[in-house]
Amino acid sequence: MPDLPRRQFDSLIIGAGGGGLRAALQLSNAEASVAVVSKVFPTRSHTVAAQGGMNAALANVLPDNWHWHMFDTVKGSDYLGDQDAIEYMCRAAPQAVYELEHFGVPFSRMDNGTIYQRPFGGQSQNFGGDQAARTCAAADRTGHAILHSLYQQNIRAKTHFFDEYFAVDLLKDQQGYVLGALAFDIHNGEPVVIEAKTTLLATGGAGQIFRTTTNALINTGDGMSMALRAGVPLQDMEFFQFHPTGIAGRGMLITEGARGEGGYLINADGERMMERYAPKAKDLASRDVVSRAIATEVREGRGCGPNKDHVMLKLDHLGEDVIQKRLPGIRQTCITFLGIDPAETPIPIFPTAHYTMGGIPTNRHGQVVVPVKDTPEEPVPGLYAAGECACVSVHGANRLGGNSLLDIVVFGRAAANHIIEYLADNRYHRRLDAGSLESALQRVQRWDSKPTGDGESIAVLRDELKAVMENHCSVFRNEDVLTEGVAKVEQLVERFKYARIDDSSAVFNTARVEALELENLFGVALATIHSAHARKESRGAHSRIDYTERDDMNWMRHSLYSLETGMDYKPVRTKPISVESFPPKARVY
Amino acid sequence: MSSAGIEFAELKWRCRRGMLELDILLNTYLEKHRETMSQHQRAVFSEMLEYPDQVLLDLLLSNMRSSKAEINSLITEIQRAQVSTASET
Repeated sequence: MPDLPRRQFDSLIIGAGGGGLRAALQLSNAEASVAVVSKVFPTRSHTVAAQGGMNAALANVLPDNWHWHMFDTVKGSDYLGDQDAIEYMCRAAPQAVYELEHFGVPFSRMDNGTIYQRPFGGQSQNFGGDQAARTCAAADRTGHAILHSLYQQNIRAKTHFFDEYFAVDLLKDQQGYVLGALAFDIHNGEPVVIEAKTTLLATGGAGQIFRTTTNALINTGDGMSMALRAGVPLQDMEFFQFHPTGIAGRGMLITEGARGEGGYLINADGERMMERYAPKAKDLASRDVVSRAIATEVREGRGCGPNKDHVMLKLDHLGEDVIQKRLPGIRQTCITFLGIDPAETPIPIFPTAHYTMGGIPTNRHGQVVVPVKDTPEEPVPGLYAAGECACVSVHGANRLGGNSLLDIVVFGRAAANHIIEYLADNRYHRRLDAGSLESALQRVQRWDSKPTGDGESIAVLRDELKAVMENHCSVFRNEDVLTEGVAKVEQLVERFKYARIDDSSAVFNTARVEALELENLFGVALATIHSAHARKESRGAHSRIDYTERDDMNWMRHSLYSLETGMDYKPVRTKPISVESFPPKARVY
Repeated sequence: MSSAGIEFAELKWRCRRGMLELDILLNTYLEKHRETMSQHQRAVFSEMLEYPDQVLLDLLLSNMRSSKAEINSLITEIQRAQVSTASET
């Protein structure tokens, strides 16, 4: 076995966003020794970007209860969410909010001192009745407040942090127990074997597989691909949430408020294009309709700009006073990132990838589960996942606003509670399999040799992958487009085998990190496009032009994609824990 | 790698943030000025990177100003670099 530095902990957590930190805190408070590996400083995790808030049926503003929240989440998921996990999450939500408050999150308050709650789309009272107000927020920086509070609590609880370490691969024994990971210090390239009785993946989403995304550069699906390489299939990867109005070529959101105030989309001919796609609602049609309309205009050659690759959002007719008064944030974003003032110039727009509903399959205890023979959900011993990288599945085919922060906190905590039980039954470290470590090490060492030959660069392959995913697997999906996309991604995977980097040094070799990240992006992209190609229906965020209806008879099931065996499926858990199931109905708002 | 190269790589990695907006603004500036930044400018840039993400975003979107004049000048330079890059593309 390679002679490498080794560290031993009860529990290893990979990723230091809200899910990872919530789990780490629960474990440290229970006297477990906990290591958190993060490729960036923990408070620079993507949770910091979540502005909206966190759903919980506190009933502080309007009447509410967890069962209504559960109904909304099941309906929002287009009946692909697992109802036991959804019940668990909605019941746990109020407690999760109060715990965060005690950890120091400064939730906005009402005059009577209780936590303020704002209404969000998809929230209802009494199972589809009047609008509910369920989202707790710390002004417009809820994610930031949660992340910083949890980090500080972890410092107090003496969680051990490996800051700016890159986790390469999971390590196992011959019986299939997951026993930690190989990581390396980005500062000096030194590898370290982190042995742990349990490992929790909490590495967030994978929006970087698309060219236009709201996700930060760090969101490269590292944990998802580590799981794939360890033989765990990825679940429901075809379900990726897009916002119709991202800034073209940049990805940042322009909120629906811009169209709500009277803004409208135009194509290269200056035509108000949404009149053709949605004659009544026009620019206020649902997100998927607007997204597909934009993609169709571009595909049919009516896109704007030299590359005809976007449309324009026109606001200038509203006048400078209205824009400054009602849309100041959008105006500032455009001035800063594009150097244009929307009071004078239209904004270039293209749909932007926002949230990964799919991920590593888990049960509601955070245990990673895989099909074994006739059992669809057999836990992988020692392996857990939580947050956006996981698929519990509470979001199913479409996530409701305010449920992602809730997901990371509730299931980070649930996973930790199960880990505590597991540790009580598994008190000793098991022996690593040498082959598992060797293959992880080889993945890193591949990039250590001096560049030879004329292999392609990482940047070229990455840009090409993102373009292929955008053109073949974003909001415009049909058989031909997806078939061609699958072939193109697979060709890119082949070309990647011969890729090279020019930096073979050990110290701060970010080129090597980017190469390993690209390998992770390829894993996620393969899972996403194969799953999208296979699902012959439209459900939630997966919208196909050639199969426009939801098909519960054939497709109310979870997709599973594995590198070894391709596509497989398993049933949706329609039985909640303690209440009656919500049977599938048309998802009408 | 040279010590200047290592310092640049370290700064580049610290530009990896939790928000896409910061990734774009910080990396655009750093790539544009990597050859011309003085030791002092690199030190100011490094100091600015210590701000939490949300504060950094507020500074870069002109929602607040730093108490340090050097940081404010740098913020203006980063904004200019972004606008000039946007107009080139």
